Amino acid sequence: MSATKMTGAKALLEALERQGVKHIFGILGGAILPVYDELCRHPKLRHILSRHEQCAAHAADGYARASGRPGVCFATSGPGATNLVTGIANAHMDSSPVIAITGQVPTNGSNSSYMIGRDAFQEADIIGITTPITKYNHQVRSAAEIPWAVNAAFYIATTGRPGPVLIDVPKNVQTDVAEVSFDGKIDLRGYRVAGPPHPLQIRKAVELLVEAERPIILAGGGVITANASDELLTVAELLLAPVATTFMGKGSFPEIHPLSLGNIGMHGNPLANKMLLEADVLLAVGTRFADRATGNLDSFCPEAKKIHIDIDAAEIGKNIEVDVPIVADAKQALSAIYERLIKQVKKKTDSPWLQRINEARKLLNPPEKAEDGKLKPKRLLQTLRKLLPESTIVTTEVGQNQMWAALYFKALKPRTFISSGGLGTMGFGFPAAIGAKTACPDRHVVDIAGDGSFIMTEQELACSVVEDIPVTVIVLNNGVLGMVAQWQRLFYKKRYMAVKLGRSPDFVKLAEAYGAQGFRVESIAEFEKAVKQALKSTVTTVIDVPINSEEDVEPMVPPGCGLGQQIGDY
Amino acid sequence: MENNQKTIVIAALVENKPGVLHSVANMFRRRNFNIESITVGHTEQKGVARMTITVSGDEKTLEQVVKQMNKLIDVIKVGRLEPENIVSRELALIKVNAPDAKTRTDIINCVEVFRGHIIDVSPETLIIEITGTSDKIEAFLNLMKPYGIIEIARTGVTALARGLHSIRIEE
Repeated sequence: MSATKMTGAKALLEALERQGVKHIFGILGGAILPVYDELCRHPKLRHILSRHEQCAAHAADGYARASGRPGVCFATSGPGATNLVTGIANAHMDSSPVIAITGQVPTNGSNSSYMIGRDAFQEADIIGITTPITKYNHQVRSAAEIPWAVNAAFYIATTGRPGPVLIDVPKNVQTDVAEVSFDGKIDLRGYRVAGPPHPLQIRKAVELLVEAERPIILAGGGVITANASDELLTVAELLLAPVATTFMGKGSFPEIHPLSLGNIGMHGNPLANKMLLEADVLLAVGTRFADRATGNLDSFCPEAKKIHIDIDAAEIGKNIEVDVPIVADAKQALSAIYERLIKQVKKKTDSPWLQRINEARKLLNPPEKAEDGKLKPKRLLQTLRKLLPESTIVTTEVGQNQMWAALYFKALKPRTFISSGGLGTMGFGFPAAIGAKTACPDRHVVDIAGDGSFIMTEQELACSVVEDIPVTVIVLNNGVLGMVAQWQRLFYKKRYMAVKLGRSPDFVKLAEAYGAQGFRVESIAEFEKAVKQALKSTVTTVIDVPINSEEDVEPMVPPGCGLGQQIGDY
Repeated sequence: MENNQKTIVIAALVENKPGVLHSVANMFRRRNFNIESITVGHTEQKGVARMTITVSGDEKTLEQVVKQMNKLIDVIKVGRLEPENIVSRELALIKVNAPDAKTRTDIINCVEVFRGHIIDVSPETLIIEITGTSDKIEAFLNLMKPYGIIEIARTGVTALARGLHSIRIEE
């Protein structure tokens, strides 16, 4: 094992380079200055200056989700670190591999420079604060320990069920010189990644699937994480089993495929919600059966025997009881199921179940109503799909914009629909789009936003313009915090409180103030024109689309109800 | 729900380093699991500490407790110990009022029956050390109540599985 003398700061950056890192999102500050000073000597690492640390974390998250490679963000101690918290919690809820590195006040040295635990300037206990929202966190205490800490962080963040890892680096550790070695073993005896699926469980799963008359596959975010979309497709086509997706699973199965049912859930596709009630075998892959997906658990998929594949053993049996638990990587498990199935079933081209689904599909998708010329979210998003190339990465904010996008914007490929599912973080979509564009500079990236969400992180226009990371933001501008306004309308007898934003700011002027371009559109034709211009643009574009402030997201399963009790039209 | 409640002991081998107790305690709090007692100490293996956690809940909850413990990276091994297959002990130090000779004699008699020890005597008080299952300690405390208990310090339960079954890291 070769060791070289260097500072902790250099060890940190070298360790990151050795992990293949090329981009870092961050904001500096006093306690991380030695690392930034060292960054001058690492031209291969591109630093992107976010305008708020929350956005650095979201950008790293978007980068990770778009590319499958971990995203890295830096922040200084105290407020820098605490500003990361929302971004880290968001990555944690959606199992995204984000590596957060924070500066910290010095741990030791002469009595006068010993600061940690003494409420020093810009000191925050970021390890204590992020313990419940990281997969792992660690404060390094010596420069020599840094390569191990970085390697362990990447290993933990990217294996098993991915998740964010935070490394806290006290300032004196950054400047200390030590003998540093990069090829040490990562010894984590308490961390075990699930191995291949158990053959007995695979056999039991296949037995159920072979006998099934009305099978449904439910694909979650785990399918995307495991890059298991191809395996999902082959199993679905072999069984002629329709595929529903959870919100996080959107994109795991092409939504224009004849077997696609769309999303399940509170604002799911009625076809998916309805068909789940009739299924006799459910094959759930990489999903945690979140409450927004299942609705009332007592009436969730009541008829079906349930097979649950998840890499996280703790997810099995957490929310619903299952008949066949399979703790494994989705790709390995689906391959194993396919290998066994192919010996037992013949590929079919039709079945009574498929006919039943196609019938229901016709009933639930009534022909379009006559156009009234107004800008309706459904029409806008269907138009947008036609305008965007298949490879375009779409991010969303949170609220009505997100649910309309989930309902009406068809995702065709994995990692092309990126949204804050678990935490529901307004303001996520725009910085995530910047992260996605950084990871995939040759592809278009579009943030489907609402006015309320966009205002939360709009300052990243500065980052996007100055750092030359052009993306498109489509603001579905209804002048209200639309989703909560909808709840007040439906469940609080229209007592509107604190939801009205007014038509402010002027998003065209706002974009221009930052050096981006802005368009306001009043018709579908203008919308089409603006999107086409945005796709050709080399600068970030904001498209302001005024819509009716009382537009509801329908259909909807009211809170506490089962998926069968959906109200409103698709 | 209430009728399905049971109490088990979880023995966990953990990395002996800063923050591990915090992450375990935090996970219990965040997931609404209830720790009845927790003890932590070194083990025969270097760098490894053992946590003995008494926890109650229905079967589904207890299963989740074990799984969530296993997910923590610094938790090396988790064992679930059912009450019928373990020996468990708790130690309590109890300071009671004993202002006169008659009271002292009465208390000393009780202590002998419970195989405890008197470890401190002052003109006004006695300190008693007693070891046993939690039930035994509860029974003794009930006996002492009439004399006036001034202070109690209990360690919480620690336990080992009977026979060859053991929670250890194989080298």
